[in-house]
Amino acid sequence: MARIFAYIVHRAGVADDSAAELAAAAKKIDAAASPTAIVTGWGPGLDNVCSALRASYPEVWKIATEALAHPNAELLRKALVRVLPAGATVLVPHDHFGIDLAPGLSIKLNASYVSDVLGIEGVEGTNLKVVRQEFGGQVSAHVRCDISSGAVLTVRPGAFKTLENIPLSGTVVDKSADVGALAAGRRYLQTIAAEAGDVDITKHNVLVSIGRGIQGKENVVLAQELAEALGAAVSCSRPVVDAKWLEKSRQVGSSGKTVKPKVYLACGISGSFQHLAGIKGNPFIVAINKNPKAPIFHVADVGIVDDILEFLPELTSKVREMQGVSRK
Amino acid sequence: MEILVCARRVPDTSENEIALNSAGNDIERDELVYSINEPDNYAVEEALQIVARVRGQVTVVTVGGEDNEEILRREMAMGANQAVLITDDAFAGSDGRGIATILKAFVQKGKYDLILTGVQAEDGAAQVGAMLAAMLDYPFASLVNSIEVLEGGKLKISREIEGGNKEISEIDLPCVLSIQTGINEPRYVGMRGIRAVASVPIPTYGTAELGLESGAVGATAAKVRRVDYFVPAFGKGAEMLEGSREENIEKLLELLAAKGGLK
Amino acid sequence: MMEVVQFAAPITSWLVPGRTLFLVIHILGITSFGYIVARRLLPLVRAARDPRFDRPLARLRNVLQFWLGQWKHPRYKVAGILHIFIFAGFILLAMRAFTVLLVGVHENFVMPGLSGSAGQIYQVATDYAATVVLLCMIFAIVRRLVFRPARYAVPARYGKAHTADAVFLLALIAMLMVADSLFEATKAALQAQQGQTVELATVLSLPWILKGALASTSLPMLGRIYYSAYLSHEVVFYFLLCYRPFGIQFHVETSLFNIYFAKLDQGTLKPVRWGVSDGHLDQVKSFGVKKFEDFTWKHMLDFYSCADCGRCSDNCPANAVGRPLSPRFITIKARDYAFQHYPMFGHAGNGQPLIGGIYSADEIWSCTTCGACEAECPLLVEYIDKIVDLRRGMVDDGNVPQSLQKPLQALESRGNPYGKMEKKRADWASAIDFKQRCSVKTLDKKNGADTLYFVDSITSYDDRMQSIGRAAAKILGHVGENFGILGAAERDSGHEVRRFGEETLFMALRDHNVEAIKACGAKRIVTADPHAYNALKHDYKDVPPVEHISQVIAKAVKSGKIKFKPIEKSNNVYTYHDPCYLGRHNQVYDDPRAVLDAIPGLKRVEMSRSRDRSFCCGGGGLMLFYEPKEEQRMGVKRVQMAAEASANVIVTACPFCMVNIEDAIKVAGLEGKLTAIDLAELTDQQMVREDRVVKAVEPAVVQQELVLGR
Repeated sequence: MARIFAYIVHRAGVADDSAAELAAAAKKIDAAASPTAIVTGWGPGLDNVCSALRASYPEVWKIATEALAHPNAELLRKALVRVLPAGATVLVPHDHFGIDLAPGLSIKLNASYVSDVLGIEGVEGTNLKVVRQEFGGQVSAHVRCDISSGAVLTVRPGAFKTLENIPLSGTVVDKSADVGALAAGRRYLQTIAAEAGDVDITKHNVLVSIGRGIQGKENVVLAQELAEALGAAVSCSRPVVDAKWLEKSRQVGSSGKTVKPKVYLACGISGSFQHLAGIKGNPFIVAINKNPKAPIFHVADVGIVDDILEFLPELTSKVREMQGVSRK
Repeated sequence: MEILVCARRVPDTSENEIALNSAGNDIERDELVYSINEPDNYAVEEALQIVARVRGQVTVVTVGGEDNEEILRREMAMGANQAVLITDDAFAGSDGRGIATILKAFVQKGKYDLILTGVQAEDGAAQVGAMLAAMLDYPFASLVNSIEVLEGGKLKISREIEGGNKEISEIDLPCVLSIQTGINEPRYVGMRGIRAVASVPIPTYGTAELGLESGAVGATAAKVRRVDYFVPAFGKGAEMLEGSREENIEKLLELLAAKGGLK
Repeated sequence: MMEVVQFAAPITSWLVPGRTLFLVIHILGITSFGYIVARRLLPLVRAARDPRFDRPLARLRNVLQFWLGQWKHPRYKVAGILHIFIFAGFILLAMRAFTVLLVGVHENFVMPGLSGSAGQIYQVATDYAATVVLLCMIFAIVRRLVFRPARYAVPARYGKAHTADAVFLLALIAMLMVADSLFEATKAALQAQQGQTVELATVLSLPWILKGALASTSLPMLGRIYYSAYLSHEVVFYFLLCYRPFGIQFHVETSLFNIYFAKLDQGTLKPVRWGVSDGHLDQVKSFGVKKFEDFTWKHMLDFYSCADCGRCSDNCPANAVGRPLSPRFITIKARDYAFQHYPMFGHAGNGQPLIGGIYSADEIWSCTTCGACEAECPLLVEYIDKIVDLRRGMVDDGNVPQSLQKPLQALESRGNPYGKMEKKRADWASAIDFKQRCSVKTLDKKNGADTLYFVDSITSYDDRMQSIGRAAAKILGHVGENFGILGAAERDSGHEVRRFGEETLFMALRDHNVEAIKACGAKRIVTADPHAYNALKHDYKDVPPVEHISQVIAKAVKSGKIKFKPIEKSNNVYTYHDPCYLGRHNQVYDDPRAVLDAIPGLKRVEMSRSRDRSFCCGGGGLMLFYEPKEEQRMGVKRVQMAAEASANVIVTACPFCMVNIEDAIKVAGLEGKLTAIDLAELTDQQMVREDRVVKAVEPAVVQQELVLGR
């Protein structure tokens, strides 16, 4: 089988969790494969990242060039095309960067493209069989992809459990020189941070999170009262922000914040992938939803089928009762 | 500015219940209602707002069957100057690359400064816009949530990245952008508007007009194929509490206390 | 015995020197007034057509009741009675004023029919009338300056207060009364000095008082006073005449016409364009009101006729909760726009868009069309047609809030705002334990019935409201109706679709429903949804007559078909909330109350705002999807009113009221203190059934001390 490459996302000298997930995905494609990590960037952190990856990748390609100090997908695509061998399979995390880079990369490499892969069943002949979802996660689909001239896959974050393997002692190969001068029709200017709200949900251990099921701005208070009683913060999914019932700073998800609480109460949240992508660290998830078929019940630890507009106030008053008793 | 918006007709997400059919290999399609893919609608609105500022024309194109005309009429009622239907039996079964190949042939028949697509459709692939750009060798940006037209054939764009942050870039025209929902507030189009454009002719393009060989697109050329639809048997899933509300609350509080959820 | 008086020489000669001046003032005054009125009529001439010249007898009846009879005025006691006096005074004084004006140029002029004893009586009446009007002016000025009723206040965003202008006008009228009285008094003083006791002494009237003050004034002095009083009277009269069309006092002239031309068909909506049938609407270039000239001439007359009394906004629920809507200022702003763009001299007209100009989009979307404003206005100014027309304009331009676009889209593709599948519309009737007790048949061409139960969307699809549907079905079965539903063939009635300005979508829904209704062959329609009721009654044509379930129940109670068992938890206090589209718009107030009063042991109280003063719950249909800018929810205000009335159960007869009230009980923190129940649900619960006893599930008992406010 052709070589498998994994594009590594890193920040401040530390590789993202997806690095290990991509290694696991590579093993699912071909258990005997020796995947190669590709790390691009500029600055002192880069070497730290490459060095740390030697434990999970047999080979780490380092591409250090100032042009790639900020990961500009347009430039990066050109760089990768110059260093990747023909017929390679390239794995990229499916996030805002992945969808910017990967489809165009597949065209330039003349390879197949499948996005948001969350399961890999294996190779049959020249076809790779994978699993994806459609319709916002309501149905799954098996997809067959011809990899005879290579493939580019974006992989759903969190879908592939990292392997508990004996650490490898991989080598770092500097490929910076092979890249050459890079120019593209898109130039990075700056990043504007989202407005900081009064509450930083990423710092809370317990989150009361609301979704469309809260049904209106005036009902948000029900979640706020519960949060107050629990010493928690209120967070939400994207539809709540789109409807302007809460500020953007409260949004958990792939286009919002990533949180790592101990306890996560998902109230009236259906459980779309984009939302769940923002929950890391395997918290204790409680799901309360009117719809017994809501996807959230697949990922929650405890599930209750009920109307949050009725359930939350009762829960809040019980919590307060308990606290009243314990204070005496 | 000449703007082309590539639109797709999809089962409407809010007005359909997606379920497997009785054979278990596809979704139940009998009673689906269709509409334009929501991000594509945002893209058309954005195009209209741009030409209102800098003058120009908006063309909407779709690849599909005759049924696709209904979304073209809706976008014309919204204000698009022109609509084009790309249709040919040979296109059936095309994968994302196939669609991009078809669109590339169409783009090269005209002269467009800006090409917009929605960021993704119901299959969540988010691929056609990026592929089209790569085939045309145009610069590309995805998840665009703000567009400002600059002097000298450039745009200043903002992309939605993690944490709700915005990545600001400058991009040269001609380029391809995939548009994220929420970039604007699309204007309303009702039945009256659609009736007003009911008899506007919609030109169609097939393999002949686009100069494509049928072998280059369609099912035979597709390298990626969806094999089936299924609903996975999930693992354990959540432990469902089945008592009365009071009982559920009690049990829940027990569990929360154990997990450190109570202060 | 009274004699006809021949004026002594001096009085007739006193005005002669001024005759030319007076004549000039007459001519100037009348021509100016004529010119001003012509300019004011100019926009009406360019306005959209509005056929209001039919049914003159009915219109005259309105004039008698609302103009002459001042029917609506006493709804605000103090201002109402004050105005009745002022109005009566004006009517009485009209001929006297006319006489006085003419006397200046034709000294012996006496009004035909008012010579002799008739004239004496008239003189007495008008002496007192002038006095009363003066006293009213003083009282009104004090009220404006000292007591300052809240409804006159002008919120900052609408500009400066109107107090100065109001006081100015009141003062001018007072001056007119004084000038007139002085004129009469001087005449009487002269006669008294010449030893003529000619008139009935109008003791304590202003002329009488002034006459006494002039008792010993010299003749030449009297002459000068007479002349000055006359001149002042004439100048003030004509000044007022010409000034009135520049402000709210124009209502003095326009009120008669405004009431004559008032809408006769209450509950109906103005068509998109008068004279254009539905089939020809495609040819209309622009729907709705986008610029001022798109209003009809009657709407413009409304703007002129507003007296700025503030009663509409005082009763407007949107205004009460801080939405950006104040009906009074919808009118005042339009009137000011007309004054500004149709000035006395210079270029008239402008054609600027109203939305984004004098009105904001939110302002117009905020209206729930509850009709409280129209119910209150003493001048019968119309609001709902204007709001709907403005919305039609916005929809035509694509300017619809995002929150409404999804339900509208769903209504177009699925016939209901929730996007649920058509085939599931009748699932509420298939609930297992319900189906066993009550079978609801679906009607079509082959399976007909006498009565159609029109369910409409919210009762069909909403988990909570489906119980109203089931209760209604059980009631109809109990009274022996041969009834059925349209099932999947039913579409949303389109009531709010129309009132939100989407006329085309409304017509599509309506036409589909009318066909289905005709196919099922029903001879009458029953519904538990007042919005559907109103639509079927007023918006739909060629459908069988429609009744609301409360009317059916009331009839059945009267005839004995429905008997009630006593209320179990007799400590509960019930109050009935009048839904806007059952009560105010269709005057069904008594039937629901009769039903409640027929339940033994049921204690019922009235909220302070009830019947046609009922306070809107927040609106129905598409209004449930709109996200208004407001300080509070209407429903919360309403449930607080129920608590204030010491009620702990709110009974309503509309599923939308139920949604809003149940929601409001939670938001207001009144859970456990207040519950809500629908009239049909309550009837179903309390109905005595011969076959078996239904286990009652009643609202929880509430102890009186826990009632809010105590």
